[in-house]
Amino acid sequence: MGSMNAILARLPAGLAGSVAAVLAAFLVGAALIAAVGVSPVTAYAALFEAALGSANGLAETLVRTVPLALCGLGIALAFRAGVFNVGAEGQLFVGGAAAGAIGVAGAGLPSIVLLPAMALSAMIAGAAWSGIAAVLKLRFRADELITTIMLNYVAIHLVSFLLHGPLKDPNGALAQTARLTSDGRLPVLLGGTRLHAGILIVLVAAILAHLFLWRRTEGFRLRVVGLNQRAALNAGMNVRRAVLIGFLACGALAGLAGFSEVAGVQRRMIENLSPGYGYTAIIVALLGQTSPFGVVAAAFLFAALQIGATTMESAAGVPSTLTTVIQGLVVLFLIGRDAIPLIGDALARLGDALARLGRKSA
Amino acid sequence: MLAVLTDPAFAGFLSATMRLAVPILLAALGGLYAERSGVLNIGLEGAMLTGAFVGFVTAYATGSIAVAVPAAIAAGGLFGIVLAFYAVTLGANQVVVGIAMNLVAVGVTSFFYRLIFGAGTDRPRIDTLLPPDFGALADWPLIGPLLFRQDALAFLALALVPLTWFVIARTRFGLDIRAVGEHPEAAETLGVNVTRVRYGAVAISSGLAGFGGATLSLAATGVFLDGMTAGRGYIALAILILGRRHPLGVLGAALLFGAADALQLRAQILPTGLPFQFLLMLPYVLTIVVLAGFAGRGGAPAALGVPFRRLKKD
Repeated sequence: MGSMNAILARLPAGLAGSVAAVLAAFLVGAALIAAVGVSPVTAYAALFEAALGSANGLAETLVRTVPLALCGLGIALAFRAGVFNVGAEGQLFVGGAAAGAIGVAGAGLPSIVLLPAMALSAMIAGAAWSGIAAVLKLRFRADELITTIMLNYVAIHLVSFLLHGPLKDPNGALAQTARLTSDGRLPVLLGGTRLHAGILIVLVAAILAHLFLWRRTEGFRLRVVGLNQRAALNAGMNVRRAVLIGFLACGALAGLAGFSEVAGVQRRMIENLSPGYGYTAIIVALLGQTSPFGVVAAAFLFAALQIGATTMESAAGVPSTLTTVIQGLVVLFLIGRDAIPLIGDALARLGDALARLGRKSA
Repeated sequence: MLAVLTDPAFAGFLSATMRLAVPILLAALGGLYAERSGVLNIGLEGAMLTGAFVGFVTAYATGSIAVAVPAAIAAGGLFGIVLAFYAVTLGANQVVVGIAMNLVAVGVTSFFYRLIFGAGTDRPRIDTLLPPDFGALADWPLIGPLLFRQDALAFLALALVPLTWFVIARTRFGLDIRAVGEHPEAAETLGVNVTRVRYGAVAISSGLAGFGGATLSLAATGVFLDGMTAGRGYIALAILILGRRHPLGVLGAALLFGAADALQLRAQILPTGLPFQFLLMLPYVLTIVVLAGFAGRGGAPAALGVPFRRLKKD
């Protein structure tokens, strides 16, 4: 259990790093708000009041947390295996299309059969889509970073074709599936809000991912492969298997996010299912230090930011895209923490130089 | 056979091929400098978007494309210096830095676009750069549409192909870039400042990508749209692999991608029977095929993607 202890000892430092990065990003965000001519305090107050200050706001934030957390968990597992799978966006779309198709085709089935069937098909579809990049990497050594991004574009066009064609609601004019019957929808948890059972799926997924990483041999192998592939090979581990698991887990979880958006929010498959959840989730995974519970916390923070930003725009006149800036800055500050000793060195050198100068003139 | 060469539809296809190849050619030429110096510039996409935005705003404010293009290159270069700070000085994971910088570019450009132009529905436009009139030259078979129906920026981009070859193969700076990319320790021993060379290479790299992005807003569309680069920076990375990081190879690969893009544009009008979404996928699918076919073939600089740590005296 040595490694476990080492990780636990490291955890507070990791957490402090994440918190510091978030605070620094918010500070820069405040400067940008001030540049617009608005008081940062007013703008941030409007933002968090809207996201967390009421039952409905909190419910909306939790609804937004679901896709970010599920995609983030998948990306975190892939990162742990050393796989830079940035294809969650496409995997989410493919999963949503599968869930929508099964949901429409299975209308009339009881909820207890239909919902699991939709979820399972979404996970299989997402994993299969991610599996394409896995095969390309393992068989052809094609870099997954580029292939998964390209597959995102392909997936979005493919889903668009399906929604204009085979999956289109025959009684509607828009490119979307027919509306799901109530048996194909995730139950609402809090009356009067849109909070749906997807948040429970997130909690279960996070616990399972945690147990997998820290309590299963397979999860241990995954982490070793991600940390040091050569060491894993020397220890006789099946590196290709761990890499494949990283790809498939990411695809399945992103596909599940697609299911949750279809069955919990949209109640049908639509063309613009995601405004880039799969990309934001990359930052979520990094901010959460690729630990499952950290990922859920990071997803909640970014969800609050996104939900509150709309209100901030209408109340304070700050463009809501400020959130995208803050999200990106969080990562830059997170990976830039190594600069702190460098800056310290530079300041010390500057101090020395000034002191020498002072001695000379004295 | 000759009839095909002078066919107006074919001529239109050729001229579109070159037009669509220019942005990715510039980004890929940029990527060449960074990769030959051993730095994987995943930030090409973000640098392109930055260039597209700064170029557009400058042209909108000054009305001059001659001012807008250098501004876009400078903005891309600045983007590159920030990226180099992470990738070279801090030795951070170059893929993570690149992705993060690209996401920041999406946020910053769309934030300032709304700040400057508001969120209104009528989108500000600038007059796009038009190709000069070459008269009868434009009707020459093959060469006419490929060259003499293009704007000035395309000529600049094409001129950068031999220039890049010259810089990399025949100058001291180019030699340093190659040395640092293949064996930074040996280069350092011989007195080459690895950090400085890599900073320079990444700044040039992102500056050229910024130029490529500016061609999208200044010449191709006359508007700025959120995320208008649509993955071209990543496609440029595939072009580098296909073109084996050689300027001429990169030109050929960029033309191939331009042709794929032009083909899907043409085919959308023609009654091919294929759903248009499948045509839209073409450049992305081609990228994947290229990566699968050529990725394992080697030819990459030995130190590509590996941060360099100077040997400490202690």
